[in-house]
Amino acid sequence: MASLINALPGAVAQGLIWGIMAIGVYLTYRILDVADLTVDGSLCTGGAVCIMLMLKGQNVWVAMFGALLAGMAAGLATGILHTFMGIPAILAGILTQLGLYSVNLKIMGKANQAINVDKYPLLVSLRFIKGVSFFKNTIFLVAAIIIVLILVLYWFFGTELGCSLRATGCNDKMARAQGINTDFARVLGLMLSNGLVAFSGALLGQYQGFSDINMGRGAIVIGLAAVIIGEAIFGKVFHNFGFRLLGVALGSIVYYLVLQVVIWLGVDTDLLKLLSALVVAVFLAIPTWKSRYFKRGFRNTIKQVKPLLDRYFKKSGIGNGEKG
Amino acid sequence: MLEAKNIVKTFNTGTVNEKKALRGVNLTLNSGDFVTIIGGNGAGKSTFLNAIAGVWPVDEGQIIIEGKDITKLPEHKRAAFLGRVFQDPMNGTAATMGIEENLALAFRRGLRRTLKAGITNSERTLYKDTLSRLGLGLQSRLTSKVGLLSGGQRQALTLLMATLKQPKLLLLDEHTAALDPKTAKKVLDLTEEIVNNQHLTALMVTHNMKDAIQIGNRLIMMHEGQIIYDVAGEEKKSLQVEDLLKKFEEASGEKFANDRMMLAK
Repeated sequence: MASLINALPGAVAQGLIWGIMAIGVYLTYRILDVADLTVDGSLCTGGAVCIMLMLKGQNVWVAMFGALLAGMAAGLATGILHTFMGIPAILAGILTQLGLYSVNLKIMGKANQAINVDKYPLLVSLRFIKGVSFFKNTIFLVAAIIIVLILVLYWFFGTELGCSLRATGCNDKMARAQGINTDFARVLGLMLSNGLVAFSGALLGQYQGFSDINMGRGAIVIGLAAVIIGEAIFGKVFHNFGFRLLGVALGSIVYYLVLQVVIWLGVDTDLLKLLSALVVAVFLAIPTWKSRYFKRGFRNTIKQVKPLLDRYFKKSGIGNGEKG
Repeated sequence: MLEAKNIVKTFNTGTVNEKKALRGVNLTLNSGDFVTIIGGNGAGKSTFLNAIAGVWPVDEGQIIIEGKDITKLPEHKRAAFLGRVFQDPMNGTAATMGIEENLALAFRRGLRRTLKAGITNSERTLYKDTLSRLGLGLQSRLTSKVGLLSGGQRQALTLLMATLKQPKLLLLDEHTAALDPKTAKKVLDLTEEIVNNQHLTALMVTHNMKDAIQIGNRLIMMHEGQIIYDVAGEEKKSLQVEDLLKKFEEASGEKFANDRMMLAK
């Protein structure tokens, strides 16, 4: 038990960092209605760019900004494949992701690059979880970054431009009829999303002390898991857009906490990705199952039965004068 | 106002499914014309409206609105000139966005979307006023998601959105076909009211011959991608459904066939 409790702060920190990535996934998956697989590549691009820039002596903020730009460039590539070249979004994402594998190798020069926390001024790290001042604590820092990000995104999606993105994802036919350039909106959304994902990769690279060519493998699944968990747990409470984003970040934390418990229970860690894939698959299936096998939800069934009961009760005189 | 010159469009060219949807449509509208369009299955009515709206590029021909050639403009740029209402009530609005947000999207048609607020307080007052004129009680539900509205309400809202910014041309593509008769009547009355009040130029595809005769000042009949009958003014007003059917048989040499067409008087 002690080992589990010891591991929890690390899980929270990791969950928060991946939470930024999950917010990026939310933008494409929920707002643009596109499953963007670019993220598996752009997460690593972010980590690679950040670590390499820092190794070259750049300031940590400059390095992270560089990562953000690199991620946006990846999103731009997918966007162009999808709109200008008319390739279905999923395939466009896969193509960019594959291309990014080479790009990431070239950025790093080899399959992974380590960065020493003692020699470079990292913003976040495994080592900054315990025994550091509050403002240097990774959990606090990443939480603060997430709150700022959510505020910025909340503002953006309330602007004319942000609304045009939402309209595009909701109903692109209508959006075009109202004069919205839906291709531009899609490209912009993909850039925003992948910028965030790469930014999250930059934090993750610092946190673990290295960037690795495989660090983004299955990122989309983790992102989707966070989105789904966030909606399942907080969806009923959080209606406001900003809170929904917060729910996604919290969902990511829950995901990592659960993962930590599973590891603590002694489950073979080789099986973790399979487990994640299964959990996400089941959750993605729920809307289909609901409409196929539970067409009349529990509440609807009650609604349909109630008038019959009411009539019966009225006739028999039970519960007269009472409502409901 | 609108000039459509020799519009040709063929779908699936060179395949077994090749369909010559428009075979040289010529139409000139005067400002303030309210034209109803009728025709059988596959006559090209909706295709013609889509050609004007720029859903896809036409193969041949020219589309001019108020002297400006828009043939080469993409759909979202043509939107600056056009208001559109579709047959399917789901198509005209964004279901996951609020009523006021939908109106705000429409209010910015033809303008650049910037980082300014997507909706302002002064707009809200305007929307409230406009919505209350519909008499559907929507003015008190400004922030409700449009997905919660009925088909008729959504269609009325779409109509409002299409005309919130005065369009040069209003395109109505069987916009009452998916509604029950009572709601259809309401939406149709609203359409007439808006078109008359704002002196709009409009093209309305309809499946109801009686409506086609009663509404608007001009009627055109399409068949196999061409306009085969064009009537306006007094002559149009005195038409009977039988006359239209006869005209159709004369012009096309076939019986009138439209699955949805309502022949009732």
